[in-house]
Amino acid sequence: MTSLTVNGKTIDISAPDDMPLLWALRDLLGYTGTKFGCGIGLCGSCTIHLDGNPVRSCQTPVSAASGRKITTIEGIGSDPVGDAVQKSWVAEGVPQCGYCQAGQVMSATALLKSNPTPDDEAIDNYMSGNLCRCGTYNRIRTAILTASASLKEDPA
Amino acid sequence: MKSPVKNFSMSNHGLNRRKFIQGVGATGALILTANWSWAEQAEEKKYGGDSQPGGVKHDPRIFIAIHEDGRVDITCARVEMGQGIRTSLALVVADEMEADWEQCRVIQAPGDRVIYGNQNTDGSRSMRHWFSPMRRCGATARAMLEQAAADQWQVAVSEVVAANHAVSHAKTGRSLAYGALAGTMESVSVPDSATVKLKDENDHRYIGREQTLSADGMDIVSGSATYGADVRFDNMVYAVIARPPCLGSRAESWDDSETLKVPGVIRVMAIKSAAIPTAFSPLGGVAVVAENTWAAMRGRDALKVKWSSSPNDGYESGAYRKVMEEAALKPARVLREQGDLDKAFAEADKKHQASYYLPHIAHATMEPPVATALLKGNFLEAWTPTQAPQEARSTMAAHVGMAEDKTRLNITLLGGGFGRKSKPDFLCEAAEIAVAMPGRAVRVQWTREDDLAHDYFHTVSVEYLAASFDQQGKTTGWLHRSVAPSIMTVFMESEYQADWESNMGHNNTPFAVPNQRIENATAQAHTRIGWFRSVSNIPRAFAVQSFVNELAQQSGRDHLEFYLELLAEDRVIDPLDVNDVWNHGENPELYPIDTGRLRRVIQKAAKKAGWGKKLPAGRGLGLAVHYSFVSYVAAVLEVEVAAGGRLVVHNATMAVDCGPQINPDRIRAQMEGSCVMGIGLALSGEISFRDGRAVQSNFDGYQIPRMPQAPRSLSVHLVDPGKEVELGGVGEPGLPPIAPALCNAIHAATGKRIRALPIGDQLA
Ligand code: FES
Ligand code: FES
Repeated sequence: MTSLTVNGKTIDISAPDDMPLLWALRDLLGYTGTKFGCGIGLCGSCTIHLDGNPVRSCQTPVSAASGRKITTIEGIGSDPVGDAVQKSWVAEGVPQCGYCQAGQVMSATALLKSNPTPDDEAIDNYMSGNLCRCGTYNRIRTAILTASASLKEDPA
Repeated sequence: MKSPVKNFSMSNHGLNRRKFIQGVGATGALILTANWSWAEQAEEKKYGGDSQPGGVKHDPRIFIAIHEDGRVDITCARVEMGQGIRTSLALVVADEMEADWEQCRVIQAPGDRVIYGNQNTDGSRSMRHWFSPMRRCGATARAMLEQAAADQWQVAVSEVVAANHAVSHAKTGRSLAYGALAGTMESVSVPDSATVKLKDENDHRYIGREQTLSADGMDIVSGSATYGADVRFDNMVYAVIARPPCLGSRAESWDDSETLKVPGVIRVMAIKSAAIPTAFSPLGGVAVVAENTWAAMRGRDALKVKWSSSPNDGYESGAYRKVMEEAALKPARVLREQGDLDKAFAEADKKHQASYYLPHIAHATMEPPVATALLKGNFLEAWTPTQAPQEARSTMAAHVGMAEDKTRLNITLLGGGFGRKSKPDFLCEAAEIAVAMPGRAVRVQWTREDDLAHDYFHTVSVEYLAASFDQQGKTTGWLHRSVAPSIMTVFMESEYQADWESNMGHNNTPFAVPNQRIENATAQAHTRIGWFRSVSNIPRAFAVQSFVNELAQQSGRDHLEFYLELLAEDRVIDPLDVNDVWNHGENPELYPIDTGRLRRVIQKAAKKAGWGKKLPAGRGLGLAVHYSFVSYVAAVLEVEVAAGGRLVVHNATMAVDCGPQINPDRIRAQMEGSCVMGIGLALSGEISFRDGRAVQSNFDGYQIPRMPQAPRSLSVHLVDPGKEVELGGVGEPGLPPIAPALCNAIHAATGKRIRALPIGDQLA
């Protein structure tokens, strides 16, 4: 039995220690907002926050997440930065197919928490681990700047 | 068995009673109204939506449901893969019916040709085929709402007006919200669509307006949108499949003793292998079914399979490139001949020739293929992200030997399509396992490795071009020979390209060169070849637009000026004059190539990009323009090649004329996405083959662009056609001009000519 705390809720699951958190979240717990894109840490679709830090859930065994605070895309909206990011994503019309966007939102939220006013280069560096096959990168940059500006006006 | 936890096509259950139209898409019930003809018959040859299997529909009872609380459900029969069609078609309906977008919700139709008309979402034609029917659909609903209110008030219908989700009667100041009318709608008859008045264009609130609307945006960014792998059932099982590594091989035997020891693995079973040509049937192999995806993946790792040899074992893409390059130098089947090319070449003052190579590329949709199926009694229900709901459903039914009416296929959001998800092989796999495990929902999950090993790859190609000049520098001869395995090889033996492949920028190059010959050489496929966003336009635009740049340089001319000279005076080209017997399956009279529109998009992009401006050393501007899918797209890229060959795209400027612009925001989004995808395929897009197997297995080997590769700045300019024209596509036509514009810019910056993609380390 492993005990996981997801978006503030503690749940016991029975999973082998080495099962990636991605599959525990998706298959065992039904948090399907976190996506599978590559399984080897290269695409960022599976990004979640572990104690507030962005990690690739496909590369994080459940044993390493036990007892720590897991935040998924389903829960990030209750964070003021996450909420601002989601809203600017919609306002800028970022998503195309949308499959990568949960991961993008999780990474962008983590970026703005660590660096509230990133410049283009900081954005590119931070976001370069998140692939988008639809090519929404230019709007992602804009949406991050919009979210940053909105948070400055109305600090979290 | 519980219903899926989340599935938007079923999400209406338990909600308040819906009136008016029964919303067949929402409930799945086949509610057909009597005295109503589903088929719209016409005697003459059909074009457009009417020519497609199932045709088009516009009856509001199929697509619209009004709830008593005022919410309007609009059913979208085409599928969403990022192009925004769920938003764009719904906003057309909402606008014409005077519904408030905030109170509309989009319901996804299951695959059903009889009810919905043609749903197969490909060829960049959803809006072209469905704009008018959806307008009529919305307008008819508006007329019915007005009639319902007039009946209630006992006034003439001409005295009432529907606007912004309510009907009002000015004389008496009365008003009824749409929700309040829902209960009375059943008694209103559906008017003849020919008598229904469409809104004046100036009164449109959503159609053609510059605003960002999205049916799914908030669901997507909050993780509640339903993609293929997000449909869940209690008691569900998860499968991954070990598939034959080369096309034509099959599992001879396997040892599953270690697999069955993996905790959570339930069973191991064979999947039927399709014979070549496979069409959309699964490749076969061995499935590992488990309690969760991870256990299934571990189980497959432990599986030992002996694969039979195959006729494609020896496929080596480097060697095959040489075969194609040799074929490209020899005369081949002539597709079109104009003037006397041999004479022009013999009398030329100067000649120039070049061959261009494009490798296989993989779609690599961010969402790998996935499908869920459940056999309950003798009824098979499935959920999958497919571009072709109807084709997928009938293929699935045939694959498991069931009658189609004993199946239902629900369509989720697609996490990218690009042509990969036109082929339902993955759905057939899920159905096959589900039939073997009745009562348990079975999800087949492809990994990224599966996706890159077993794609229907974009073809591999060599395009050979030669041209002649006279003493005045005029271009007198044009020879374009194409060598590429055809997509038809998936369905039949075929060495030549199909008409529709030849008419994607090969036959129909619109240059006013007096002597031309267009040829197609034979080529063999050694893997599954399939449609990739914009299809044969990718190699053709790359070759033709690069070659024009070379010719301009050869004759010491400015590229833009030289290109415009090749186009000559504005004219409209009859498709039949250039042997374009396909013309997107459209009426040749309605959809000719208009060189004036090509001219205007390239001039627009050039002007906005500052064509001709002075640039610092190491920087260059490159342009390209291409007609495809009834749209005209130009791109000018400004690049910098830094030390070590590092490439930065500073600016990308695109201009598009797609005819009437229904949802400008999504037109721009498609151009932006195409630009980034095009840069990616030019930089690093390659699947190579060794021993018949795809070499690249994940995003380490097959690199798709990341944010730093996206242009520093990217602008899209919408060009008004300036006359009445038909709707063009937007999902695909943005892609073809990008790679040649990029390579022309690299040449301007460095003098280095790229004739083979990907660029890879050619700049180092
Ligand atoms: S799925 Fe985890 S990084 Fe790609
Ligand atoms: S929006 Fe489709 S992959 Fe990013």
